[in-house]
Amino acid sequence: MRRGGKIGWLAAAVLAAGWLAPPAQAERLVTSVSTHRVLITSNFAGTELVLFGAIDEAPPNTQIGAYDVVVSVRGPARSYVTRHKERMLGLWVNRDSREFSQVPSYLAVMSNKPIAEIGSAEMLRRYRIGLVNNVLPPPAGSDVVDVPPEDSFRAAFLRVKTNEGAYTADPKGVTFLTPRFFRAAVPMPGTAQTGDYQVETLLIAKGALLAQQQTAIEVVKTGFEAVIAQEARNHRFFYGLGTALIALLTGLIATLLFRHD
Amino acid sequence: MPIYLPIAELPVNIFLILGLGVAIGFISGMFGIGGGFLMTPLLILIGIPPAVAVASVPSHMAASSFAGAFSYWRKRLVDLGLGLVLLSGAILGTASGVWFFALLRRAGQLDLFIALAYIVLLTIVGGLMTAESVRAIVRTWRGTPPILRRPGTHAWFHGLPLKLRFRQSRIYVSAIPITVIGFAAGFIGAVMGVGGGFLLVPALIYLMRVPTTVSVGTSLFLTLLTMLVATVLHAVENRTVDAMLALVLMVGGVFGAQFGARAGQAIRAEQLRLLLGLIIIAVGVRVATDLINQPIEAFSVVPKEIWE
Repeated sequence: MRRGGKIGWLAAAVLAAGWLAPPAQAERLVTSVSTHRVLITSNFAGTELVLFGAIDEAPPNTQIGAYDVVVSVRGPARSYVTRHKERMLGLWVNRDSREFSQVPSYLAVMSNKPIAEIGSAEMLRRYRIGLVNNVLPPPAGSDVVDVPPEDSFRAAFLRVKTNEGAYTADPKGVTFLTPRFFRAAVPMPGTAQTGDYQVETLLIAKGALLAQQQTAIEVVKTGFEAVIAQEARNHRFFYGLGTALIALLTGLIATLLFRHD
Repeated sequence: MPIYLPIAELPVNIFLILGLGVAIGFISGMFGIGGGFLMTPLLILIGIPPAVAVASVPSHMAASSFAGAFSYWRKRLVDLGLGLVLLSGAILGTASGVWFFALLRRAGQLDLFIALAYIVLLTIVGGLMTAESVRAIVRTWRGTPPILRRPGTHAWFHGLPLKLRFRQSRIYVSAIPITVIGFAAGFIGAVMGVGGGFLLVPALIYLMRVPTTVSVGTSLFLTLLTMLVATVLHAVENRTVDAMLALVLMVGGVFGAQFGARAGQAIRAEQLRLLLGLIIIAVGVRVATDLINQPIEAFSVVPKEIWE
């Protein structure tokens, strides 16, 4: 299920490549994901997707290491509140908080070497490469006087999301199988939100972007899980009543089973 | 073995959830409490979002209290009249509690209030129960006969009007203090996200002088009714009832409750009260240590829609 904008991206990428390198070396990027639809079933506990990519039109004498590749997978955007606990009257209580609005609920950044070695800080920021560059610093709060520096909230947010498994940065996540052919493993945790995931592949050489490719993955619930989620949303009262009746029934069955005393 | 929870949107180990259901169901059947004050924090601890935990636990409490209530009902240990008077208070209390909950949330310190409420209430209730039951056990051990209820002793609330006779409970009191107890249990239950049975049972035993077994039976009956209503209300209001989580908890809970009810009727009443007192204190201490100890991670991340 490729997005309509793909052709446009490709065209833009080819144009960009045309500026940065001699026309004869206009590399093109071709990628393919192992599946475009992740189905959540009752035993879903996470999975792994594989992305394969080929660099077209590369010079014939290309060596491994001539190109750098970054694959970023961004899950559906959500808003989060990050809160900081401080000691007050001997108790640890939430004091200050920052809101991160519309950041990816899931984020994986795979590359063939550490992000810092791929390009300048300015270039990484412009193309949203790396965990930090995908999450804007939160707006400052006006209510509290002695706040930790703003960036500590962003660092904490990234740390907590990484510990949860929702964010991953893997500097060895992209492997070159030949000088022009690479693969990347995308871990999909069991806690993955349903929705559309954008997969972006960037081809970089010597700190300059040569080409980029975008595609999408859809994470959907199927079968019984989908039915439950739909009913809970669309028929709230009957869903609640049904759950209450199941509770009564379960209690009744157990009582009857244990009756012979 | 993992199982995917469609509303919580995460996989959990089915045996962990089942085991949790059995353990809390056992305690529920044994002491005639819903067990929400244990279950809700434990589910949050294993990573279930608080909104889903709070909304899904009531159906588990309904299922496990059904088995217990039925078992006590057959032994004529449920006082229907007392239960209905308590229920009228509990409904009012729950409605006020939900309103107060919203007020606190706007003030921004909801979880601190909940933690402090847990600590204060659990320590007082647990401490009183433990102290009283230890005295009773020591008396039995020494061979001193237990102090019987003297017919002349009247608390101040015995003078109130609207007197009703509750046969199974062997009390003759005004409906006013009973409604107030029901109100308090409903109010605190709604604010703290628990059933309120851990307050109801001691209040009936120590304030109203209802026999322990009838208190337990009546509390189970009341828990069953209020939790069924709570399940429907949460489904309509919050849409966070996870039927899959609820079902696994229920199946574990009803079996646990069967054994719990039997264990509860087999051991002596004062030992039962001592055990419940100790469990309540233990939970209170656990909540207190979380507040006092320095957290490993001082930051927490919550999806905005759960917090707002």
